[in-house]
Amino acid sequence: MAYDWQPLILTLKLATVTTAILILIGVPLGYWLAFGRFRLKAVVETLVAMPLVLPPSVLGFYLLLAFSPKNAFGRFLDDTLGLRLVFSFEGLVVASVLFSMPFMVHPVQSGFQNLPRSLMEAAYTLGLSKWQTLIRILLPNIKPSLLAGVVISFAHTIGEFGVVLMMGGSIPGVTKVASIAIYDEVESLNYSAANFYAFILFAVSFSILLAVFFFNKRALRPL
Amino acid sequence: MLELSLRKHLHTAEGNVTLNLEFEVETGQFLTLFGRSGVGKTTCLRCIAGLTEPDHGRIVVGGEVWFDRNRRINVPPQKRGVGFVFQDYALFPNLSVRENLHIALADPKDEHYVDELLNLMGIKELERRLPATLSGGQQQRVALARALARRPRLLLLDEPLSALDGETRLRLQNEILGIHRHLHMTTLMVSHDLGEVYRLSNQVIVIEGGQAVVRGRPAEVFSNRRISGKFQFTGEVLAIDRNDVVFTLSILIGNRVVQVIATAQEMQDIQVGDTVMLVSKAFNPIVMKVDRNPGRTSRPSS
Repeated sequence: MAYDWQPLILTLKLATVTTAILILIGVPLGYWLAFGRFRLKAVVETLVAMPLVLPPSVLGFYLLLAFSPKNAFGRFLDDTLGLRLVFSFEGLVVASVLFSMPFMVHPVQSGFQNLPRSLMEAAYTLGLSKWQTLIRILLPNIKPSLLAGVVISFAHTIGEFGVVLMMGGSIPGVTKVASIAIYDEVESLNYSAANFYAFILFAVSFSILLAVFFFNKRALRPL
Repeated sequence: MLELSLRKHLHTAEGNVTLNLEFEVETGQFLTLFGRSGVGKTTCLRCIAGLTEPDHGRIVVGGEVWFDRNRRINVPPQKRGVGFVFQDYALFPNLSVRENLHIALADPKDEHYVDELLNLMGIKELERRLPATLSGGQQQRVALARALARRPRLLLLDEPLSALDGETRLRLQNEILGIHRHLHMTTLMVSHDLGEVYRLSNQVIVIEGGQAVVRGRPAEVFSNRRISGKFQFTGEVLAIDRNDVVFTLSILIGNRVVQVIATAQEMQDIQVGDTVMLVSKAFNPIVMKVDRNPGRTSRPSS
């Protein structure tokens, strides 16, 4: 019996794109939260951490409302950028980035905070700019935290369900990722197909985490 | 060369202290800020390096204003040209010894200056090693070489040798002294080790409670403060033995047990466990060189 690989490919694509974007956003955000001193820091930290406690359906629901072309923000995106984020792959990416944000930002932030302050100060007195210090000194020394952030964000995006369902529905080839395919197959009592997706997701997640623990025992410590 | 006046409010373990310093350093001088920990010595160095901002004051180096509260000038540390040796060395763990020095070069093509510094500090053979694989003394040498790599105008040493054992410390003191003579670099050091201050610096400022209380050459400054013609030790009484009319006291001084004779009069209110002070006139002591390579000659017994 031939199974449809498309949901699995879509899941991996979503996880890869999401993780790539999270590196670009999570590193500056983690740096800012680790070293910045500003009044609303607690508010920003809370917002970043919200997806940890919020039911995914709540986040999905508000994103659905916000990005709907019937509302001002969604209409603005649609009119000016031609971007329709509801029931589209791009929408899933945006939702996943928000939803997995703490899993990237927290390890990176604590990685930065655990570095001796003097490393940064030594770099400054030696004439390195903030940017050079970040690229040449700070980031190479928080590699385990970065790796932890990347792996957990990737694995967490694979495991998403609620947000994806609210934002994307289940359009084959566009928004029907593996976790939703499992739900669909079970709904139609197609247990063997459900098992196919479920087992592969299980195996992939297990292998990723095992590889990390095996090769870098320190990597997940910042969590 | 350096003119400094600064005021900064500090929250220390012993309560609030207002650091209030004003001094000048001439080119080529080796000045030490001496005092107990928590009196603001390190903060003073950090203000000069631009890592901490003073509440008030002015820092001018070689005619260039680095900080002036009134004129709102605060040159960032990158542009100040100081070599700062941190207490924990702050070597970059991801870079080899050579790369640690190379990253500090103002001109990345200046490779032979890196070689010169590595040779000067005697760490050429360690150039490919990572900092974590080095001993404390070796790390200290790398930190010093790295601070010099930028060709700073001012060398700032924050308790540079405090984490090292006695012998390594002595050797590095000699090297710091050698480098200072070789490069004539204006140097400011923070220390609470009297021996270190004495050996290295030609000027010392004693800081107490955030204020400079005295300044001068180490010999002048300390001659009427801590150095006297008497030996004076404090120790703990371990045992008291009575022999006829006198007592033999075993006293722990440092990590050594010393036996002395005491009269009954002196022993009146001394018991085992008491802390006592031993004072003796150092009128004509026997001075002997102690060989630093044990095994070749026997040490004189005390």
